[in-house]
Amino acid sequence: MAATPTSKYMTEGEVGLGLALLVGAFLCALASARAVDAPFSVHMAVFALAAVAGIAAILKRYEGRPAEAAPQQIDGKPNYNLGPVKFTVIAAMAWGITGFLVGCTIAFQLWAPSLNLELEYTTFGRLRPLHTSAVIFAFGGNVLIGTSMYVVQRTCRARLAGDLAPWFVVLGYNLFIVIAGTGYLMGVTQSKEYAEPEWYADLWLTIVWVAYLLVFLATLWKRKEPHIFVANWFYLAFIVTIAMLHIVNNLAMPVSFLGSKSYPMFAGVQDALIQWWYGHNAVGFFLTAGFLAIMYYFVPKRAERPIYSYRLSIIHFWALIFMYIWAGPHHLHYTALPDWAQTLGMTFSIMLWMPSWGGMINGLMTLSGAWDKLRTDPVLRFMVVSLAFYGMATFEGPLMAIKAVNGLSHYTDWTIGHVHSGALGWVAYVSFGAIYCLVPWLWNRRELYSLKLVEWHFWVSTLGIVLYITSMWVAGIMQGLMWRAYNTLGFLEYSFVETVEAMQPYYLVRALGGVLFLIGALIMAYNLAMTIAGKNAVEREPEATPTAEPALVPAE
Amino acid sequence: MATAQPGLWKRHEVFEKNSIVLLIGALLVVAIGGLVEITPLFYLKSTVEKVEGVRPYTPLELAGRNIYVREGCYLCHSQMVRPMRDEVERYGHFSLAAESMYDHPFQWGSKRTGPDLARVGGKYSDQWHREHLKDPRAVVPASIMPAYAFLDRPLDADAIADDLKANRAIGVPYTDEMIAAARGDLKAQLDPDGPGAADLQRRYPGANVRDFGSDKGQAAEIDALVAYLQVLGTMVDFKIYEDRKNLR
Amino acid sequence: MTYESAAAFAQTSGLLYFVGIFAAVSLYAFWPRNRSRFDAAAHLPLIED
Repeated sequence: MAATPTSKYMTEGEVGLGLALLVGAFLCALASARAVDAPFSVHMAVFALAAVAGIAAILKRYEGRPAEAAPQQIDGKPNYNLGPVKFTVIAAMAWGITGFLVGCTIAFQLWAPSLNLELEYTTFGRLRPLHTSAVIFAFGGNVLIGTSMYVVQRTCRARLAGDLAPWFVVLGYNLFIVIAGTGYLMGVTQSKEYAEPEWYADLWLTIVWVAYLLVFLATLWKRKEPHIFVANWFYLAFIVTIAMLHIVNNLAMPVSFLGSKSYPMFAGVQDALIQWWYGHNAVGFFLTAGFLAIMYYFVPKRAERPIYSYRLSIIHFWALIFMYIWAGPHHLHYTALPDWAQTLGMTFSIMLWMPSWGGMINGLMTLSGAWDKLRTDPVLRFMVVSLAFYGMATFEGPLMAIKAVNGLSHYTDWTIGHVHSGALGWVAYVSFGAIYCLVPWLWNRRELYSLKLVEWHFWVSTLGIVLYITSMWVAGIMQGLMWRAYNTLGFLEYSFVETVEAMQPYYLVRALGGVLFLIGALIMAYNLAMTIAGKNAVEREPEATPTAEPALVPAE
Repeated sequence: MATAQPGLWKRHEVFEKNSIVLLIGALLVVAIGGLVEITPLFYLKSTVEKVEGVRPYTPLELAGRNIYVREGCYLCHSQMVRPMRDEVERYGHFSLAAESMYDHPFQWGSKRTGPDLARVGGKYSDQWHREHLKDPRAVVPASIMPAYAFLDRPLDADAIADDLKANRAIGVPYTDEMIAAARGDLKAQLDPDGPGAADLQRRYPGANVRDFGSDKGQAAEIDALVAYLQVLGTMVDFKIYEDRKNLR
Repeated sequence: MTYESAAAFAQTSGLLYFVGIFAAVSLYAFWPRNRSRFDAAAHLPLIED
């Protein structure tokens, strides 16, 4: 804190973080020089460079900033801190497009294996974690961090806590993504799905995540509103639970503290359950609770109506977080996991249907009396369709968790289809809706550059999702049935490779669906860039709009 | 925070506690579910079957396993045969928990873009595996597996003893002798006529000691990977294993 | 610890635990005095500054 308004000093935070980064840069440079394997050396060099860049950024910011700390309020209104939020929005779009592109690439690899290019860095096995991490943690994570920082400020009517801390969180998180992603390409993985990054990346994420929790909590503590809005409940549960899951599932013994390789603490059946306790709750708390928080803020805001039932949202919250945590064992049906654990997982997965639909109904019914907005507002349509997909995926999920169904669906592409109906239909659509809302708000634009392009995005990507999930349903069920098919003589009817051959047309349709989804995201990125640049499509081409409007009506 | 009036600040204290109450409440609710499901697996004796034959991986197999992990093989190949008629007929005896008791991490997988590998050991020749890894479509024309010709490069396993040590620290019963001999054992497994073969067999009963189709003096990554694949699912002798004793 | 003893304990205490949590949450959500607070909270996103 500055002692007098006239003289300028560095804050304790600036000095402290600067020194910490200096020590960090030195240690990482040392580790890079003495590393026992090449990927570790590269990663430590990246960390060192990032630390130096961080110091430079702190100094540059100090030069440019006024002597006093940013005011909490200006003219009696909260002085919201939107810089970090803006960063996450742009990062989310960039990572999203990267993740969709890698997804399309590996989808085509399954159709034409020569696309693996015979290079170690471009094989399916190394690209697949890059795809999942880029879309879940890089795209989804940036959306979650950004929207949570926005929503917590607005609903608490208080400026985001901390001065450098929010920047540390968003930049540190994106650094984690870079380390994780480049690690996969170099073969650095601990092979736990959705928790592939190695021990040093995990440690870094832990530091960033604790800072994130503290920024979020401290903002709640500063709030000017008596009640903690329910969206913040979901964000808080997401942050805390992910911290717990991340730490337990990533406990590992490094072979050397100067090398990338580690061995996870648990083995075999225990490791399997802990992994899927983590894995399913990455779905439950990262991809569900966090995005429900988005729904609880952005749907009412865009529809300009309060949430349908606040009471339902409270019951929904506790029921959802309570039940989700048990559902993990349904990933291990009929395996060597003891039966009692499988039964427990199945039971809770089925019960989970109810709180999930509670959330969907609450979101959809918020529009009661305002359904007409769906026709005129494609942004709201993105969010409402996301809720429909959420309802569909959370019905299909419990169904697939029933052991008899799972016996057929497990290990097949049905699972992949299910995941994508949730990931593309629910997570990505609600994110797109939120980002379309946020960009004009953050950059002080009256509206988006073009709602017509939002329409295009919506229909192109919806077609993509439909192609994707229907092809994977058909393919997955076919695959499962072929594996268990017997001929009249009582022998297995198909060899494994015959089932692989049968998948080919479906793999192609799926990949094309993915391409459509990617095209939609590119349209979105263009639209957002033009919005940020301050362009407005309607003003630029006034005569084009009336002719285009009627053409779109029949499509709806 | 500095701008808040003292009166307001006091009133805020209650709500500050509320957010902590919310945090603790949520954490308690989610922690209990995990605790109830996970902790019994460490204490219920019936979780891991009592079987003969499961031993820690040899240094060469462990190095191969690390390549299997590195290349993300688990993304397309499961290692978990379920107790269903078609799977048992296609792949072999259903998998036991005991068979992966030393697997850090487990490799059960979640997807079968390719076939299950839990019992692939001994099903194909070393030469078949090498040809198949190098160019899958040369052996299985309809295969969609990537080609792993680059695994022909030398195996970097000078520090393999450290890997054994790390595994021991988390519960794999590697002895001091195994760790001391790790580097030698890695080479000895590829050399059935060499001086170390007998000691290796003593330390790791039932280990496959042969060149795994290798044609050069130095161990290549593909040798280690084939050694790993060839041991998968072969440690338990199911001719003498009694399913009934381990019904859970 | 045998499976039987663990199961017996888990089945009874589990029932009590689930019912207890459900009752507590329902009571909180439907407690008449909380109604006005929830109504105010529901309008939080709609407040413009």
